[in-house]
Amino acid sequence: MGEEAGRKGDWGEIRFVLLAPDERTAALPADTKRVPLEVRLKGFLTADSRVGEEVEIETVLGRRARGTLMSLFPPPGHTFGRPVPELLTVGGELRARLARGAIDDA
Amino acid sequence: MPDRSYAAVMARRSAIIEQATGVRYELFERGGLAFDYESVMASVGLALEEVAAIQRDVGVGETPLLELRNLTRLARELAPPGKGARIVVKDEAANPSGSFKARRAALAVQRAKSLGYAGVVAATSGNYGAAVASQAAMRGLPCIVLQEVYDSSGRGQPEILEKGRACEAYGAEVWQLTVGPELFYALLLVLEETGYFSASLYTPYAVAGIETLGWELGLEVRERYGRAPNAVVVTHAGGGNVTGTARGLLAAGCTETQIVGASVDLRGLHMASDHDFNRKSFTTGHTGFGVPFLANPDRVDVPRNAARPLRYLDRYVTVTQGEVFYVTEALAQLEGLERGPAGNTSLTAAFALAQELDRDAVLVVQETEYTGAGKHPNAQLTFARELGIEVRRGHPRENVPGRVIAIPRSPEELAAEEWDLGALKRSYLRAAVGSRSASTLAESELEFLAAEVKGTMEDVERWLWEQERGEVDVGGQTAPA
Repeated sequence: MGEEAGRKGDWGEIRFVLLAPDERTAALPADTKRVPLEVRLKGFLTADSRVGEEVEIETVLGRRARGTLMSLFPPPGHTFGRPVPELLTVGGELRARLARGAIDDA
Repeated sequence: MPDRSYAAVMARRSAIIEQATGVRYELFERGGLAFDYESVMASVGLALEEVAAIQRDVGVGETPLLELRNLTRLARELAPPGKGARIVVKDEAANPSGSFKARRAALAVQRAKSLGYAGVVAATSGNYGAAVASQAAMRGLPCIVLQEVYDSSGRGQPEILEKGRACEAYGAEVWQLTVGPELFYALLLVLEETGYFSASLYTPYAVAGIETLGWELGLEVRERYGRAPNAVVVTHAGGGNVTGTARGLLAAGCTETQIVGASVDLRGLHMASDHDFNRKSFTTGHTGFGVPFLANPDRVDVPRNAARPLRYLDRYVTVTQGEVFYVTEALAQLEGLERGPAGNTSLTAAFALAQELDRDAVLVVQETEYTGAGKHPNAQLTFARELGIEVRRGHPRENVPGRVIAIPRSPEELAAEEWDLGALKRSYLRAAVGSRSASTLAESELEFLAAEVKGTMEDVERWLWEQERGEVDVGGQTAPA
């Protein structure tokens, strides 16, 4: 962190605290109550900035927000996952089952 | 600048919501507990045909009704002689944003546009975000979506990350929050700051948008099979899907059709817990929303929720996470439809319920949703394993939310667990009446409560009286029968 440099206009993700733990609603489980309510938001840097710094961004709607710069041009963090052994054989099992079946769907 | 503290913003909630929805909810209050539900729905001011026309205009609705021939054959093999209803599915993934939520969003965004709002905001971690963003893009309105995505370690739920990505693809500004019900506080802040329309899931527009789904499928089934659907299975979370679908079916004259709500069983996981948040593979359509929304529908981001599922439900059932993954795989491999998984909750229940119905019956699964990275069963099960959740083949009863996901070993093991709807209704009544004694309720209030639980005024009086005398174990209201 702090090494990556971005230029004005680069796309980045910031993080900021919306509610500190003592500002949160009382009706929370203990594990949630201990931590702040944080927001992540993406937008264009309004000035040259480094990851880890307090920066300002302009969102796609042109609204401005401030927070800690987390990353530049962040890729989506989600994937299709790995093939799951417990599911890989289900299709074959069911097709074999249907092939054996005597009842048609007349 | 107004006070932005949690308490101060929450204290301004009524004014903010009224400004942001254009609905003056106090007009519908009828004294005490009662409000005029039908007038709330009528405030939309559009006939069903007009709603359908608005949706057609933006490519929403009129989705294919597909017969699931191989799943029907399989269900018939397992069913007793003469049993095994035909299973058909409304392929709602064919909507512009990939789910039935486009129907709700089409109405909400059209309303925002016609009332002259400068933009729309939705607080949702589900498919509704992408639906609002897509509709806003079509109508040229700026859109902001707020989602609950991350736990405190910065780990995002893959399904919600995908939904956030989709919102961004449609040009929305996306606020991605950590775990907590204060998502509503963030929504109020954004509404106040922007003056945008609140495209809440629970406004009358958002529910009226789903009525076309029930209406279309009722007419289509009658035309194709010469009968009204015997039962329609609806994935239940916040109640809008059940409510809108059932109202549409009634409008189509399907008064005898049984309405079955189905949710994924996530009992034992706390929805507001930072630890539990990522230990569920389904982020909607589950009991964590489904059960509290039945008991207390008005705990939402509008004063009176237009989604009132207990007015329409005939049965409520649950299925396990492992069963829905298994059926999602079956749908892809036997029917050639790669969908869900969350939208396949109702299909999973339907596979079991079809075996109870006669062979000439028609059982409708009223939605599918698009699949994608993050949502896909492999994505969710890979994520679950990373968090230490055990995934194995096993009987559905071996599922323990947050600990074990058991993928059924054979289709015989698929079952829908029946809940005691009467107990859920009594728990609604207990929450609605609060500390008041039944003897203090006005006739108009009893009449309202009877409609709320699809019962008679006598039922309501008897249930409340039994509760007051402690004859009913109301502590069991969240346990299945």
